[in-house]
Amino acid sequence: MSSTTNSPTHHTSTIGAIGAPSRRNTELALLVFAVVIPVFAYANVGLAINDEVPAGLLSYGIGLGLLAGIGHLAVRKFAPYADPLLLPLATLLNGLGLVAIWRLDQSKLLQSLPTYITAAPRQLLYTALGIALFVVVLIFLKDHRVLQRYTYISMFVALVLLLLPLVPGLGADVFGAKIWIRVPGLGSVQPGEFAKIVLAVFFAGYLMVKRDALALASRRFMGLYLPRGRDLGPILVVWAMSILILIFETDLGTSLLFFGMFVIMLYVATERTSWIVFGLLMSAVGAVGVASFESHIQQRVDAWLDPMREYTLSQQGVWGHSEQAMQALWAFGSGGTLGTGWGQGHSELIRFAANSDFILATFGEELGLAGVMALLLLYALIVERGVRTALAARDPFGKLLAIGLSGAFALQVFVVAGGVMGLIPLTGMTMPFLAYGGSSVLANWALIGILMRISDTARRPAPAPAPNPDAEMTQVVRPS
Amino acid sequence: MNKPLRRIAIFCGFLILTLLIRDNWLQYVKADSLKEDPKNRRVLIARYAIPRGDIIVGGNPITGHAETTSGDFKFKRTYKDGAMWAPVTGFVSQAYGANQLESIEDGILSGTDDRLFFRNTLDMITGKDKEGGNVVTTLNAAAQKAAYAGLKKQGGKGAVAAIEPSTGKILALASFPSYDPSTIAGGSTSDEEAWKKLQKKNNPDDPMLNRALREVYPPGSTFKVVTAAAALEDGLYKTADEKTNSPDPWVMKGTTTKLPNEGNIPCENATLRVALQWSCNTVFGKIGSDLGNDKMLEEAKKFGFTEEQFTPVRTSASVFSDDMNPSQTALSSIGQFNTAATPLQMAMVASAVANDGTLMKPYMVDEVQTHNLDPLEKTTPEEMSKPLSAENAQILQSMMETVVEDGTGKKAQIEGAKVGGKTGTAQHGVENSENPYAWFISYAKLDDGSSPVAVAVVIEDDEAVRDDISGGGLAAPIAKSVMEAVIDSKK
Repeated sequence: MSSTTNSPTHHTSTIGAIGAPSRRNTELALLVFAVVIPVFAYANVGLAINDEVPAGLLSYGIGLGLLAGIGHLAVRKFAPYADPLLLPLATLLNGLGLVAIWRLDQSKLLQSLPTYITAAPRQLLYTALGIALFVVVLIFLKDHRVLQRYTYISMFVALVLLLLPLVPGLGADVFGAKIWIRVPGLGSVQPGEFAKIVLAVFFAGYLMVKRDALALASRRFMGLYLPRGRDLGPILVVWAMSILILIFETDLGTSLLFFGMFVIMLYVATERTSWIVFGLLMSAVGAVGVASFESHIQQRVDAWLDPMREYTLSQQGVWGHSEQAMQALWAFGSGGTLGTGWGQGHSELIRFAANSDFILATFGEELGLAGVMALLLLYALIVERGVRTALAARDPFGKLLAIGLSGAFALQVFVVAGGVMGLIPLTGMTMPFLAYGGSSVLANWALIGILMRISDTARRPAPAPAPNPDAEMTQVVRPS
Repeated sequence: MNKPLRRIAIFCGFLILTLLIRDNWLQYVKADSLKEDPKNRRVLIARYAIPRGDIIVGGNPITGHAETTSGDFKFKRTYKDGAMWAPVTGFVSQAYGANQLESIEDGILSGTDDRLFFRNTLDMITGKDKEGGNVVTTLNAAAQKAAYAGLKKQGGKGAVAAIEPSTGKILALASFPSYDPSTIAGGSTSDEEAWKKLQKKNNPDDPMLNRALREVYPPGSTFKVVTAAAALEDGLYKTADEKTNSPDPWVMKGTTTKLPNEGNIPCENATLRVALQWSCNTVFGKIGSDLGNDKMLEEAKKFGFTEEQFTPVRTSASVFSDDMNPSQTALSSIGQFNTAATPLQMAMVASAVANDGTLMKPYMVDEVQTHNLDPLEKTTPEEMSKPLSAENAQILQSMMETVVEDGTGKKAQIEGAKVGGKTGTAQHGVENSENPYAWFISYAKLDDGSSPVAVAVVIEDDEAVRDDISGGGLAAPIAKSVMEAVIDSKK
């Protein structure tokens, strides 16, 4: 709530309507940087690869600038008190992602692969659609509390989204993980990205209603409040769902993301540490249990423990093994502290998914330790703004939704970056905004839109009270 | 709800912190070992990213480089007259690595050698692109051309090695059939196909074998020069013209087998000169038998037998066995039984004789230099051994000169130079069933007494009629053209 401290009058509802800083000009200034930095990066790639400033530089700069400008104007009009950092941060990450994708598009090696598509123009289109969705969210979601009405519909939608990849004929198996669906005419869609938001809405609505029951009706045991048996129901259901995702969609990341998000929201809703303990225990049991019989998960774990062996197997042509993990580590190592510079690395050696799941490795090689740390801090800032929004929100539903979305965002960054850097086993998810992929870009712009709506509601000065006829009267009869 | 929110914030911060620590571990602590991991393809990409330095013969590069159109290696090696020079250069291939000179001098050629550090730093400061250094060889282009053309014209498998006796500089190294290393320099499918076709299992001619250095052949009668040197050094016979104690026919000691001579030649108690002139098996077999295994082995070792030579390209070790009985020693002393030599080894024999008994260490890299021709290191000629005294060497020279003037080596005579030589026809195969190898070793001497070249030629020919094969007939003309080329290039 520090954002309101420079306006001490804000707390008194009578004269708070005027003077609270909207910070829109701060946002605009930051947006200029968020557009200019990727434009320079773009020029840099062109100079490094082709010895010339890329022909599309101007249109790219104008395009990104226009998109950011539209976003900014929409915020000015429909969410004037929203957090000023979120839009510039998302724009910067999205712009840098576009540059990296375009850079990988130039690679002759990737062009020679049968899976190659010119990804940058598509990503630009997705970005435009993403920002459009962001604007739509700001226009039509006048108050985030409206979402509360759709709690149970959200649950249903989320379940459908999560189960879609399992529908025969619709689901697509991409390198083991079944988290994609193929929509004719649209291409591949990753419904999990959207399910993330919809589930957060459901959890927030549900927990807001049930929080008292979950928090208070419990027995104390060994310093922990144990929930009643019947209150364990919801967490068991979500846990079972995560396990099912893990088994049938064989994706550790998606499963971890949803369960982690639920535990975070449950903890915030009930303020009971016991839920965290339960959550950790259950995820450990689930992960170890599934890993003991699901060969795909086992293989991911083996590849994580010994990436060099995995690489050797893939070079020997053993089916189902991938060189990507080791190639990503080499890319990071070869980048060193300062990196090779844009366009001068060889992250294309990762080949498949170099511009999506593994895009962080390109940053690692070309921008080095310094660049990756900066990127991670940008993500940390997004999460921080999200948590701050949750703190500032005045209603429990808003608090829960904001923390759910930011917690899921943080978990996703951790799971993906940790996977690519060999900290944890690889999963099939992508870095928000950086990675190539329409679902990811659209869903994350929607996520930012919702967070900004909540922060706008939170920071918006309370409306001036209706004139009090009594007060008028009193003044009239004042003795003279 | 704000207390758990703050805790979640700390948790999220912890997640990011973990990532930051991991990133520091990867990109700072482990960076160098990942970067220099030989399996990391970037190591190879960097290696092929700069134009490779050249291998130079007589001031002209015999190699070059070309930009590749596909793949991630920017430059690939090209060769001029690749098949002719392959025994000198070896190959360097994006797909198959490198061998021989290309491999041994890779540090210089690819610009990674420490000796190039100063040049590379200077180039970096002045903004020039890094380039590999050059390797200047001792070879003589005209001699190489003559050698390869001679082998090619002859058509059978064979090899030529030529040395400058006074220094040990290798002047020619030819092998036939050969291959063009340009065809396997890249990493494309056509390079892969070419590579497969060159492999011995797919190509019985084994064109990638460097016969001049890496194949050992029974040297046959050319080995009699070594045996004669041993006899003179031991003092068994002191001059070329004293009668030897050599019955004809001679029954090998410890057996009832007669050692035959080829044809009806005057070998009974022949002088060393006459025996070498007519290539008497009986005389030299008996010398070997009389001297014994140890003395023969000692002399052979002085000429370089039994050890690999590093020119710097490694040669196979030539063979002269120990633990042989007298009859085996006798056979070995006429270049049969186990005795086997590389063409370079036999050129070293001729060269030691021509250089008045001093064997110079053979070498083919004269100098390594930076890409802008600043010398980095020059090889100085080095004495390897002294197989025979100057007097004995001169006696042996006069004997070898008689062979060419009036014996089996007449086809090697050169106008304006004195040529000493020795023919050889080595039998091989079970019961001598296969066609023999035709050998000729020789040296040329100019009027001023200097000897610019010693050469060894070997030809293995399946198709020639057996009777036609004799060192004098097939190999001597090639040796002659190589010697002439060297002499002409001196003028």
